[in-house]
Amino acid sequence: MEVPILRQGQYLIASIQSALTDADLSHLREALIAQVGRSRCRGVIVDVTALDVMDSFAVRTLRDIAHMARLRGAETVIVGIQPDVAFAMVQLGLTLKGVATVLDLEEGLAFLTRRTEERLVETKPRRPSGRG
Amino acid sequence: MGEELRLTIAADVDVVEARQQGRALAAVAGFSSGEQTVIAAAISEIARNILMYAKKGEITLSLVQNGDHQGVAIVAVDQGPGIPDIERAMQYGYSTSHGVGAGLPGAKRLMDEFEVDSVVGRGTTVTMTKWRRTI
Repeated sequence: MEVPILRQGQYLIASIQSALTDADLSHLREALIAQVGRSRCRGVIVDVTALDVMDSFAVRTLRDIAHMARLRGAETVIVGIQPDVAFAMVQLGLTLKGVATVLDLEEGLAFLTRRTEERLVETKPRRPSGRG
Repeated sequence: MGEELRLTIAADVDVVEARQQGRALAAVAGFSSGEQTVIAAAISEIARNILMYAKKGEITLSLVQNGDHQGVAIVAVDQGPGIPDIERAMQYGYSTSHGVGAGLPGAKRLMDEFEVDSVVGRGTTVTMTKWRRTI
């Protein structure tokens, strides 16, 4: 089951449509990281609303996607973790430490807009101090 | 009850199938949707362990009853290499396969009863049960 990856402006949106096998998840990771470079995007949204379970492999793969995308210059945000899935993750002792998570797609887009603006400000060259 | 389901685990699609069947059975037993997800996650972890270490095995799902209590029992059997050091394998974060190390200890956290029986060179059997909370 391939996960469709859509491009929206500077962002990529991977919208998971159904339960995924480990191979599907690994494939999603490869596809996203390749596409971050190809489309020179600044942000990645992974929508996991349709995921039935987030077990250790899924959590590790999402964490890897976020860290790899960051190394390629893009911020990642995970959206749509369902209440039951969050409940099971906490009981399993799984965290998405270091990975941004927000409620839904709308929040995800707002989050990325904020982050990419911050990044632009950070990387703006400083004015030379000793003028005149 | 007598409801029992035997599933072969030999590919990663079987892991998804097993956890979905487990969730469905947990729904039949009257578990809340949160608990159904917990049971599905536990099945996912032990089914993946079968694939990773033994390549092939079998998972049996069944409804169980103890007095007024209803539950779901899961038995995972493989004829793989077995676990040389069960105590270490049960430590959270310990893995011999570059995994997260959440497989066995993770599943144990999720279930009410959990037992591992393993003989090196012969295989591993994991038996685990979740009981429905009566309010």
